[in-house]
Amino acid sequence: MSEQTQSRRIMQGIYSRNTRSVVSRGMRVIARNNWMIVLTGFFEPVFYLLSMGVGLGALIGSVQFMGVDVAYAAYIAPALMAVSAMNGAVYDSTMNVFFKMHYAKLYQGMLSTSLGPFDIALGEIILALFRGLLYATGFMLVTTLMGLNLAWTALLAIPAALIVAFGFAAFGMAITSYMKTFQHLDFVFFLMMPMFLLSATFFPIEVYPEQIQWVIMALPLWHGVDMIRMLTTGIIDFSIIWHVLYFAVMIVVGMFFATHRLKSLFLR
Amino acid sequence: MTTPFARTRRMGWWYVAEHRIRAMRNYIGSFFIIGLGSPVLYLLGLGAGLGVLVNERQGAEAIDGVSYIEFLAPALLLAGVIVSAAQESTFGVFGGFKWTPIFLGMRDTSLTPRQIVTGFTVGTMARYLPASAMYLLVMYNFDIVNGWRPLLLLPIAALLGLAVSLCVMAWVATQKDDRGQLSFIERFVITPLTLFSGTYFPLETLHPGLHWIGWISPLWHSVELGRLVSYGSEQHGWLTLVHIAYPLALIVLGWVLSVRHFTKRLQS
Amino acid sequence: MPESHIIAEGLTKRYGDFAAVDGIDFDIKAGESFGFLGPNGAGKSTTMRMIAATSLRTEGRLEVLGLDANENGPEIRSMLGIVPQADNLDEELRVRENLYVYGRYFGLPRAVVNERADALLEFAQLVEKKKARVDALSGGMKRRLTIARALMNEPKVMLLDEPTTGLDPQARHVLWDRLFRLKERGTTLVLTTHYMDEAEQLCDRLVVVDHGRIVAEGSPASLIRSYSTREVLEVRFGTDKNEQAAKTIEGIGDRVEVLPDRVLVYADNGEQALSAVTDRGLQPVTSLVRRSSLEDVFLRLTGRSLID
Repeated sequence: MSEQTQSRRIMQGIYSRNTRSVVSRGMRVIARNNWMIVLTGFFEPVFYLLSMGVGLGALIGSVQFMGVDVAYAAYIAPALMAVSAMNGAVYDSTMNVFFKMHYAKLYQGMLSTSLGPFDIALGEIILALFRGLLYATGFMLVTTLMGLNLAWTALLAIPAALIVAFGFAAFGMAITSYMKTFQHLDFVFFLMMPMFLLSATFFPIEVYPEQIQWVIMALPLWHGVDMIRMLTTGIIDFSIIWHVLYFAVMIVVGMFFATHRLKSLFLR
Repeated sequence: MTTPFARTRRMGWWYVAEHRIRAMRNYIGSFFIIGLGSPVLYLLGLGAGLGVLVNERQGAEAIDGVSYIEFLAPALLLAGVIVSAAQESTFGVFGGFKWTPIFLGMRDTSLTPRQIVTGFTVGTMARYLPASAMYLLVMYNFDIVNGWRPLLLLPIAALLGLAVSLCVMAWVATQKDDRGQLSFIERFVITPLTLFSGTYFPLETLHPGLHWIGWISPLWHSVELGRLVSYGSEQHGWLTLVHIAYPLALIVLGWVLSVRHFTKRLQS
Repeated sequence: MPESHIIAEGLTKRYGDFAAVDGIDFDIKAGESFGFLGPNGAGKSTTMRMIAATSLRTEGRLEVLGLDANENGPEIRSMLGIVPQADNLDEELRVRENLYVYGRYFGLPRAVVNERADALLEFAQLVEKKKARVDALSGGMKRRLTIARALMNEPKVMLLDEPTTGLDPQARHVLWDRLFRLKERGTTLVLTTHYMDEAEQLCDRLVVVDHGRIVAEGSPASLIRSYSTREVLEVRFGTDKNEQAAKTIEGIGDRVEVLPDRVLVYADNGEQALSAVTDRGLQPVTSLVRRSSLEDVFLRLTGRSLID
């Protein structure tokens, strides 16, 4: 009982149940100014798919996934989808939030109203997910046309990409609360690079010694890649539950952590 | 006796470059970590990972007569150069007119637009040349290259960096507002160039209809040169000349246009 | 006795070891126009942000409209109109959209927001600019839009942080006129400024802040009465000679103050003081007799000039 009142008291200082207005402002801006940026963001994974899938594919041929041979382009397409979900979510929750906070002073304006930091953080995450949805859907369309979706379960890759994005966005928001300068952002992107290179994106992790494999499997991107790859190839086994669980935990922990950091992020 | 004005007339470009280099000193910490970390990760990650796959399928010396990592390394170094050079010219130049208007400050001194353009591009070299040197160091260390000739990668990097800096600058200097078009350079020019310029696989692997991308890409020309100096790839003498002349021509073109656009913008 | 809108007791904000606001007390009544006067870095803006609950206090008590500021940010701000020191308009939206979207942040219904947006465009004299891009507005227009925006929720209290800093004289007068109308309507105004004329124009009562502390409190007139004389004589003798001349002037008027570029003589009758100065054989390069202002109060209280 007392715990419940306490959590209500915390929320009362940071939440006014008006996330809707933050989302609608974002949608307005996307519709007016930013639709080009949103549209162009979709091309990046497509370029990678065309270059790596086709060019490297010609050199490599096919790759084994859970004991089954999969054409190289079909092997990397789901990985690129997971990477794009991660990149978009991290960009939106770190760089974008940092810029709006310190340069565009957008949140300063929002926080002059009855909005609380939680309304804003949740609104930004919802907008990031909306963008993620657009990208994932666009990418699915391309991969379907290229014949790279090997089973009907590929449809589930779209919600899976959103789960991946949600996990990274929640965590990104929490990390942004510790950032003081743009250089700190460089480190965030620097930490993402090995994840991008090594998480079974372009080649199976079996090429590495077992200890390194364990490290990679502890990182979130690998779970995202493996989960989406199972769905688009239709080669699914029970372990997909662990991937979903991993992200469920990441979302819960990330949101909890972000909520508790909101005061230091917004109310300095 | 030389008056300060006479010195500025002669050395003004250097004062601009010095300003840039000074500003970059703030980033020295992240610079070293990222500068050394990224080649190690890329070379280990892609070379040892993707390399295993490619060598397994194509034979150990099937790509251009060398192993995949030897083929890849000089291209990765040069791809890093165009990414940095383009970024500095995009955000540095736009910011210099708009966000932190240093160019307007320089205009109010006895510096000329020519000197600003030259100085800015020379100053930018302080970002990618040391990074390239570190890349090269890692390459020597991993026995990917040996002998003195690979050192020529540094002048090749300088040539490429200047060409990209100046061409991007010539366009960015005409942009008055950022409506998201600034990110087009990275998304629609730089990323595709790094993906389709024979970086990760020989240009010939691509469909012949796409080879033109390589021919107009300064990166492809420099990568061809880079492979010549790092492992002595086979090349016609006159092609080598083309690979040197093309970035030189872009430098001249980019410089002339940049100076024109800077003059117009600063004197209106 | 009108009710209190804002009460602070021992209000403190520390950043590490540095106390930006160092234990201040004030009590702002409904309908009052209350000012914080002080130089840059005195802690005025930090105080404003604590009142707006966008910065959390480290110590003391702060009640805004009957609510604890650290715990009730959103509810407090639903009754405040906030005008920050630097305009933070939404540059990605047009002029009228700025009002509309901002009103929606308060959770107001569309019809209400639309109606108020139109009325406030009128109030801010921006009707012709309603479809313009924000970055195309002049400084004065941006400021008026920021004020109009802050009025979208019909606030009980307006917080104005340096409302006219950086504007040209004409734009300042237009703005003062708009603020005066709000005051007439009974809105409580809380403002910070380092301009004496602004404080004298707009404030019923003010506190002088320096280094995070309150050094004096009262109406502009009473402050001038307590800490200065009716008139001030300003004389200049040339940069190197002021110090020397001041020694000779000593004893004329109530008090003599030497600044790097001039000597101030505080006296109830400036003209008399001037003839006393020339009687002592001094020939000032220029001389000026003026009424005392809050600048003089500040100089007296802190030994420093307001604008450095």
